[in-house]
Amino acid sequence: MHLESDVLVIGAGGAGMYAALEAARAGASVILADRSLIGRGGATVMAQMTVAVALGEQTPDSWEYHLADTLAAGRGLCNESLSAMLCQDGPARIREMDAWKVGWAREGDHIAQIHAPGHDRARCVYVDVLSTGPAVSRTLRTQLNLASGIRRIGDLAIVDIVVRDGRACGAVAVHLSTGETVTLAAKSVIIATGGLTRLYRRNSASFNMGGDGYALALRAGAELIDMEFVQFFPIGHLAPRLVGMDPIMWDPFRYKLGGKLLNGELQEFEEDYATLDARSDGKYVLTRDRATYAISKEVESGRGSPAGGAYLSFQHVPDAELRRAFGPVIDRLAANGIDLTKQLVEVAPIAHYHMGGVRVDECMQSTIPGLYACGEAIGGANGANRLSGNAITEAFVFGARAGQAAAKNAAFASSHWSDAAAAPTVDLLRSADKRDTPNLAVAVTDLQALMADKVGPFRTEEKLGEAIVEIDRMASELGAAPPSSGMSFDPLLIDWLDLRNMLQVAKAVAVPALARKESRGAHQRDDHPGLEEAWTLNQIITLNGGEIALERASIPKKASA
Amino acid sequence: MKATLQIKRGTPDTAPHVETFEVDFEAGQSILDGLRAVRHDKDPTLAFRFACINANACKECMMLIDDKIDYACTVKLKEGVTMLAPLPKKALVRDLVTEIAPPNERLHGRG
Ligand SMILES: Cc1cc2nc3c(=O)[nH]c(=O)nc-3n(C[C@H](O)[C@H](O)[C@H](O)COP(=O)(O)OP(=O)(O)OC[C@H]3O[C@@H](n4cnc5c(N)ncnc54)[C@H](O)[C@@H]3O)c2cc1C
Ligand code: FES
Repeated sequence: MHLESDVLVIGAGGAGMYAALEAARAGASVILADRSLIGRGGATVMAQMTVAVALGEQTPDSWEYHLADTLAAGRGLCNESLSAMLCQDGPARIREMDAWKVGWAREGDHIAQIHAPGHDRARCVYVDVLSTGPAVSRTLRTQLNLASGIRRIGDLAIVDIVVRDGRACGAVAVHLSTGETVTLAAKSVIIATGGLTRLYRRNSASFNMGGDGYALALRAGAELIDMEFVQFFPIGHLAPRLVGMDPIMWDPFRYKLGGKLLNGELQEFEEDYATLDARSDGKYVLTRDRATYAISKEVESGRGSPAGGAYLSFQHVPDAELRRAFGPVIDRLAANGIDLTKQLVEVAPIAHYHMGGVRVDECMQSTIPGLYACGEAIGGANGANRLSGNAITEAFVFGARAGQAAAKNAAFASSHWSDAAAAPTVDLLRSADKRDTPNLAVAVTDLQALMADKVGPFRTEEKLGEAIVEIDRMASELGAAPPSSGMSFDPLLIDWLDLRNMLQVAKAVAVPALARKESRGAHQRDDHPGLEEAWTLNQIITLNGGEIALERASIPKKASA
Repeated sequence: MKATLQIKRGTPDTAPHVETFEVDFEAGQSILDGLRAVRHDKDPTLAFRFACINANACKECMMLIDDKIDYACTVKLKEGVTMLAPLPKKALVRDLVTEIAPPNERLHGRG
């Protein structure tokens, strides 16, 4: 099947849905494709916490204060123009969502804002109770329904971007539920595929977050930036099994109630790792980076909890106070058989967000004309570490910007589609054959273990080198043609296509991590502790003759206003 | 502990058949955990739909579990037999996968 539109948006999370809405508002015909169902496949619908934005209604605030905090967290690596855009456009997007009845929690006559770590004041809006992401998704889906000119297609996995004469002209996809190959001609293509945290053993990811968009961009010839910066969340939920809760949900409660971290011997250990950190905010003994370090080291020294993390205890908190702080969350925990007054839970660092991504200009265009990106799929706005709450704001703001720019480009461009340029990917899908392969679901787990052990929060030259050798070996074992079970909704084909992307992206993380001989933000090298001024630069990744190539770029100066 | 999953499999073009898999599990693990273990340890061709795994947010994992419509990610594995089948009122795609998207979000058969 062949489809045509002015703008093709790949991925229907917060960023992709916003991009589609804005592109249609500007008069473009839009196809919004997702490998999963529309508005359900990625991180947006799973986010339960808060969204950072300088509304200044509750506490005086301005986007400049928000920017200052964002830049501080980014430790010198932010693209200040992008960061400023995030903070400056944020309020308008949040108010637009409010007008669309997302249901931001209110206090009196204004939208309620709470204080989250890293922000200098109460700045984070939310939807009660733990419903931020589902409400955001539902609201944007409703707007999609009301808009005209947007064709939504679920179960459509984009396999490659098609580039002709250096310009993006569409994509090749596989329709999962029928197995058919679909070609899509578009004057502008937007990558809104979200992050890559499925690369790691312990993660907060959905099935669709193996980093497809980074691989699509690389193979299209675009540049990636800051790929070594993967954010690990220190106290992600580990055990007992808990479903229906955001795995990062313990954080605000630990913050409010002073939840205690204990090692496998039930000893407190945070003090042993405490150092003076100017940005430590008083309520935590340890900052996030140090907490990740402390838990990892306790586990390494054989003092981990049974599931391989640390215990988190609220047993010192009286029942009534727990109830007051957790509210209805207590009941959701009870449904999972968890009673905090009687029991400890286990937590561990989990891969949660990716700072790096497609390198874009201020119009969200990649280095390939006609190819745009937005949301978690881009790099630059958050530098070496992200503030909590910035990711959803980023999805809205950059989504809207990408949609506008893509529509504008499409208005002046003519179709550039070429069957010949699409042929290699069409042939790849056609080459899928029934054959015996090792179980690729196992290969995915192996890769996740490798990334966690060797390209995790604490890195060394030796471990990173080993990871790269092993990634190369797995890639050659994967082979050049996908297997097929010869039927629709083919899990063998999906695994193969996922691994093809995941291995490429894994290497795009490991290579710059090996090169960066310092510790900064989310990139921590045991063999190079401490930030090196000389490393205040961005690393750029491209694909050169099928191989990952690395370059350096100086930090862009903010265009003067 | 061991759970026995009796899974109704097939495509629209083939007569459905039931296959039985045994999986090891720990208390609290979900049916979805069990299905992923089947793919990982026994049969990677088993098809089922899911996205969010832990969040119960995507609502994609609905199927018939012991004759009741439920989410595979919230129902817990149990010792003994659990019967799994695709949603009865939705068009079958393959195994436990059915066509659940609203008609105007599909490639074919738009409303
Ligand atoms: C559990 C969790 C909790 C979080 N909590 C917060 C929070 O409280 N506050 C905050 O600010 N941030 C939070 N984050 C981060 C934030 O949710 C994400 O960064 C943000 O939602 C990303 O939006 P997005 O639109 O860029 O990507 P996503 O929402 O991830 O959407 C990407 C979409 O692309 C689709 N896709 C991927 N590959 C392909 C392909 N090849 N073809 C077609 N479609 C494809 C996916 O199916 C998915 O639907 C959280 C993240 C997680 C995982
Ligand atoms: S897997 Fe998302 S709701 Fe069950």
